[in-house]
Amino acid sequence: MKVLVPVKRVIDYNIKVRVRADGSGVDLDNAKMAMNPFDEIAVEEAVRLKEAGQVSEIVAVSCGIAACQETLRAALALGADRAVLVNTDVELQPLAVAKLLKGLCEREQPALVICGKQAIDDDSNQTGQMLAALLDCGQATFASKVKVEGGSVIVTREVDGGLETLSLELPAVITTDLRLNEPRYATLPNIMKAKKKLLDTLTPADLGVDVAPRLKTLKVVEPPIRKAGEIVPDIATLVSKLKNQAKVI
Amino acid sequence: MSILVIAEHDNRTLKGATLNTITAATAIGADIHVLVAGSRCSAVAEAVSGVKGVVRVLLAEAPHLEPLLAEDLAKLVTTLAGEYSHILAPATAFGRNFLPRVAAVLDVAQVSDVVAVESANTFVRPIYAGNALATVSSDDPVKVLSVRPTAFESAPEGGSAAVEPVPAPASFARTRCVSRELATSERPELAGAKVIVSGGRGLGSKENYHALLEPLADALGAALGASRAAVDAGFAPNDYQVGQTGKIVAPQLYVAVGISGAIQHLAGMKDSKVIVAINKDPEAPIFQVADYGVVGDLFVLVPELVSQLG
Ligand SMILES: Cc1cc2nc3c(=O)[nH]c(=O)nc-3n(C[C@H](O)[C@H](O)[C@H](O)COP(=O)(O)OP(=O)(O)OC[C@H]3O[C@@H](n4cnc5c(N)ncnc54)[C@H](O)[C@@H]3O)c2cc1C
Repeated sequence: MKVLVPVKRVIDYNIKVRVRADGSGVDLDNAKMAMNPFDEIAVEEAVRLKEAGQVSEIVAVSCGIAACQETLRAALALGADRAVLVNTDVELQPLAVAKLLKGLCEREQPALVICGKQAIDDDSNQTGQMLAALLDCGQATFASKVKVEGGSVIVTREVDGGLETLSLELPAVITTDLRLNEPRYATLPNIMKAKKKLLDTLTPADLGVDVAPRLKTLKVVEPPIRKAGEIVPDIATLVSKLKNQAKVI
Repeated sequence: MSILVIAEHDNRTLKGATLNTITAATAIGADIHVLVAGSRCSAVAEAVSGVKGVVRVLLAEAPHLEPLLAEDLAKLVTTLAGEYSHILAPATAFGRNFLPRVAAVLDVAQVSDVVAVESANTFVRPIYAGNALATVSSDDPVKVLSVRPTAFESAPEGGSAAVEPVPAPASFARTRCVSRELATSERPELAGAKVIVSGGRGLGSKENYHALLEPLADALGAALGASRAAVDAGFAPNDYQVGQTGKIVAPQLYVAVGISGAIQHLAGMKDSKVIVAINKDPEAPIFQVADYGVVGDLFVLVPELVSQLG
């Protein structure tokens, strides 16, 4: 069976973003970019399913500017077989991405789509669920365990209070949580091999999708800064401050 | 037009996050209807009908709604959507799971994690792990909003809304809930707790996590939380994770023990009223947001704190 894995190019998770003084957004100029960590987990899961003989082909997809090719090459180096870039300079919001992915699913007919649960830039946590709705198929979000069994996939999800296990008929959409797996590092030979793998480029028009943003960003500001308090010398002082100054105990 | 709020509950009791979501709806300003969907959950509907500001409670009961799968709930909500200008749910694991499905079927954007309502079509939401706040507006005919519970007060009692049954659409059938392993705890729920004791990698093991933090949580009447590193290492269950990609909390008192204070962790707790940090590294970033910090060995300091609280 074929698996589609969408991957997003985002700012590296170690970097703290700076808000532009004019309120127009965050400053990403020269920032180090990387694959969204949840998408790395998604690629890793697909590769493990392939290594277990349950998946025949992994197609990585990214939507956005030309530089997303780097993200796709990274996915190819981790073990994806080929890649598709849906190239546009328009700012893409989750609904638009879900529509592009739906268009690709119609072409590629994957049995399974494995997405990250959220992107660490806009923190929306929407795309996988929206795609599942547009495909009218089952979804299992926040997956911590995935098992393919015949025409179904059994997914254990992280929910409030514990774990929930769902059985979904294929095709289905899964979104990954942190505990699903620990992604491997790409080896140098695999990075070299990835350069030769097929990377197709499409446009939103090829898929018949209007990607115009629905939400307008009016301004972006820094949150109120919390100022550091004091270092207290010992526990007795701490307890006294919590009682008499902060009055929280 | 009215506002529809989707209630979070476990078929027996209403989850507190619903009350914060109702307050966000009040800030938008229109009649508030609340949907309670589930199986044998009329007690939840009764509870909702007593909440101030709610004018109508819609109760959809069916055996297949017991696990409240996203597929089924989204279908139900979209069949009701025609009457509403706004559809709101808490930005919890529950709301995050089904709400985008509703937005996609309605072909509208969703605004995730709303922390402030500026007007009926303009909202503020955090991005980049809370390091920026974006004000966004939507011209879509229906506004679909997930609401960050910690950003809004709980709606008080004081309503007497009528409860009306609504039919549940047929089951989606292609997704089935196989099992659930839910832990029950005597402690307050992490999401709405007034005091939280949270442990990180510094605790070293699951045994230490429990041996040190349980007595402290007992002494403070606190809920327990954890960093991602502590959860990954198996010290604490998944749903204890506080942070950008776990739970967002804002208690009166947050005690961080052996937690360094990574951006992703701070994103989940920096709106707490008072933050206490216990860490042996004076340079740990957690001290930059802590109101009170104690530098030293947690294995000495935590038992000392417990004994002085007792
Ligand atoms: C995609 C992504 C999502 C993430 N989401 C989250 C999230 O939601 N929540 C989250 O918490 N993290 C998240 N992280 C992880 C985050 O980046 C950090 O790795 C994590 O928060 C570190 O946890 P920690 O502070 O417990 O561990 P460490 O950073 O290892 O800190 C341990 C601390 O314990 C102190 N210590 C050790 N021994 C003692 C002692 N005996 N006495 C006193 N102090 C001691 C050390 O000085 C150190 O400061 C995410 C990361 C990624 C990539």
